Amino acid sequence: MDWKRYSFIALVIIVLFGTVVLVGMEAEPPILIISSMIATTIAVATPLTLGALSGVFCERAGVVNIGIEGMLLASAFFGWLASIYMNTIFGFGATPSLIVGVLAAILSGGLFALLHAVLSITFKVDQIIGGTVINILAIGMTGFLNRQLFFSKTSIFGGNVPHAPGVLPLLDLPVENWANSLCNTINASEACTMNATAFGNIFEQKPIAISAILLVFISNYVLFNTRWGLRMRAVGEHPKAADTVGINVVRTRYLNVVIGGLIAGLGGAYFTLESVPSFEPLMTNGRGFISLAAMIFGNWTPVGAWAASLVFGASQALQINLQFFRDLIPPQWAFFQNSYSVGQIPYLLTMIIMTGIIGKTTPPAADGQPYEK
Amino acid sequence: MENQTNFVLEARGITKQFPGVLANDHVDFDLKPGEVHALLGENGAGKSTLMNVLYGLYQPNEGQISVNGAPINFTSPKEAIESGIGMVHQHFMLIPVFSVTENIMLGSETDHQKKPNPSPLAKLERQIVANLVRDLSKKYNLSIDPNAIVGELPVGVQQRVEIVKALYRKASILILDEPTAVLTPQEADDLFVIINELKKQGVSIIFITHKLKEVLAIADRITVMRGGKVVGHTTPAKSNEQQLAEMMVGREVILTVDKEPAQPKEDILVVQGLYVSDQRELESVKNISFSVRSGEILGIAGVQGNGQTELAEALTGLRKPDKGKATLAGFEISNAVPRNITDKGLAHIPEDRQKHGLVLSYTVADNLVLCDYYKMPYSKKGILQQQAIDNNARKLIDDFDIRTPSPYVAASKLSGGNQQKVIVARELSREVKLVIANQPTRGLDVGSIEYIHKQIVSMRDSGTAVLLISAELDEIMALSDRIAVMYHGHIVTIVNREGVSKEQLGLWMAGVKPE
Repeated sequence: MDWKRYSFIALVIIVLFGTVVLVGMEAEPPILIISSMIATTIAVATPLTLGALSGVFCERAGVVNIGIEGMLLASAFFGWLASIYMNTIFGFGATPSLIVGVLAAILSGGLFALLHAVLSITFKVDQIIGGTVINILAIGMTGFLNRQLFFSKTSIFGGNVPHAPGVLPLLDLPVENWANSLCNTINASEACTMNATAFGNIFEQKPIAISAILLVFISNYVLFNTRWGLRMRAVGEHPKAADTVGINVVRTRYLNVVIGGLIAGLGGAYFTLESVPSFEPLMTNGRGFISLAAMIFGNWTPVGAWAASLVFGASQALQINLQFFRDLIPPQWAFFQNSYSVGQIPYLLTMIIMTGIIGKTTPPAADGQPYEK
Repeated sequence: MENQTNFVLEARGITKQFPGVLANDHVDFDLKPGEVHALLGENGAGKSTLMNVLYGLYQPNEGQISVNGAPINFTSPKEAIESGIGMVHQHFMLIPVFSVTENIMLGSETDHQKKPNPSPLAKLERQIVANLVRDLSKKYNLSIDPNAIVGELPVGVQQRVEIVKALYRKASILILDEPTAVLTPQEADDLFVIINELKKQGVSIIFITHKLKEVLAIADRITVMRGGKVVGHTTPAKSNEQQLAEMMVGREVILTVDKEPAQPKEDILVVQGLYVSDQRELESVKNISFSVRSGEILGIAGVQGNGQTELAEALTGLRKPDKGKATLAGFEISNAVPRNITDKGLAHIPEDRQKHGLVLSYTVADNLVLCDYYKMPYSKKGILQQQAIDNNARKLIDDFDIRTPSPYVAASKLSGGNQQKVIVARELSREVKLVIANQPTRGLDVGSIEYIHKQIVSMRDSGTAVLLISAELDEIMALSDRIAVMYHGHIVTIVNREGVSKEQLGLWMAGVKPE
């Protein structure tokens, strides 16, 4: 990642945040609007961040993965299904059911990735085709099972969609208390307390969102500072060179594609277990592809991909936060009230980024090439 | 017993069968401590197969390998590395985006800690390894910067990185596969100094090549292979270039080029004040003017990277010159597209035969009509005429002695020499006024070189103008009628071939100004 792309990210985020602040500053202090925007951005960027990380693991090892969309969708469905089964059929409480759901989502992401690995590494199928297979399979499978399991009269739920065990709770991070006590020791002014509240707001996050951020930094360390990361990158750049120094190219690729799948599975869990307690066909809505754009824009680095994911998150946060200030939007800006027009922003950004006018990035040299001895 | 321990490496009766090819037929090879044993042979003689067997990349069908007298059976390069065998491949096994240190530590990341079963999450100790690399490079006199990014280093330095990589793995036997194929003459000289230094320190070296001069300069013993078999052993003291060439090719080879004095006539290629920039937009051809007449060969001598590539690209329409003018028999080519220039009578033998000379995945027959496929008789109303393409292919394969199983195998399947013959056949069989031959014999074996040189001279004798660009000074001396020396984008001087010595040219190539 170079300064040019980081400044582009900063610029877009400032514009998006600034828009909301301008519209809403009559009703709320700017600092609170900004903190709310940051919190929403981090939360909604979660599946993009995890999708992009998944891509980083696959592609750094030399396997192109356009099946992330399908992996997100499938794991969203199976995670949700598992949590409902645990809750309704086996009678577990809400939290254990959700945790089992998350594990099921991770596992299904891993299994879909294993399928991609078998296709692209063992059978050397064109990796774009392999990824497309995953995407189509996920759409078909989740749509079919959703209808059969929940809406068919003969299903175990008798045609009634059961109550989901809810969503994962907010993590109780004591950041606001800590900031408040800091305020009290310095000066107990009202402004300081408000800043403390605003700061605390940012950390009101749920477990998958926080795990995603931790995973970004863990992955960055693994990729650039460990033996595993060096070998993974070597296999993605020049597999023959890796082979001649005794690295098992096939095993390395399998391992990292499946790990990427597990991460995508966690991203899928966000949709049905952390964001909303329901599943709808096609609910990932292109997030998997946007996360690929984020990975490319972030130059195949975890931190870069995260930064790019935040841009997309911010444009979604704009859409969400503007709704609180609907009535304050001036009439000549009425199109801002229309969620369809604001909802286009992430897709427009994707197109701008992919044109390469903000600087081109370089994929791993052997990305997408099957390895032949 | 005593007899066995005389050799650090011994291979007896190695046989390797590939589908349809017996690549090694009961080959014996051995290596004494601290010697350079050259393995000489043409492309396809089975040298690389033998080395890949010794390095554990291939498993032989028959035969026995022993290291320091102990029989071994490698199933992977890892085991060969552990037995102290290191290999520097012709195409380097380096990762361009990694630093020198990262390339060297790859696969042996934690070896310096000497702990068994390292964790995959072991932290990379780049600084410690960099220091080890620095020590190693001092010990063997191989100057490299451990923190440099490999892709930004010159080829000669990259090769040093490969050697240090092998030494870092405690290699005492070093296999150098065609090590000079990618080097400039200067870099090759540096490599010989390095090899002598390694020898002094007790490293045993297998030197694979098809270049006769090198073998005589560096080897202690020579083994010659042909058609998968060992055809002879000798030493530099007991042989000469002519003998070696005959052993290698299996017939008499004419190493010198026989040619009559040139009969130059009118100017064909006229270049006036040409300026060209390279990819990075740096000016690499500066104010060049010269002309080539019909019936003569103008050789451009110079160390690789002094603007020759950009000059050739500008003259063939692949790169737009910044300033200046070039004409081919009166037709302005400085702004024309390659097809127009080709139509006006240009034959181009490009520097990189695989990238710019051939479409590797196309058949030999299709490659042979790449310049003319859209014209009669190969194409009628936009439909390719397979019969005409087939006839053309069969005729050229015959005329130019292209060794291919059929006209319909992919060009990628041919050996380097035969790939070059496909290009030469396509370019020289057309009606042309000018031939631009850029490094026409790079990486080829003696037999193919002899053939291509003959073709170039016969083009000249039939009244074609030839511009020959080569980093091989011997080639320039053998073929040219006049010689232009390029240095830092300028033409230093243009002289007649007669009355100029190799030493004098070498000085000009190194930047010494003529009086």
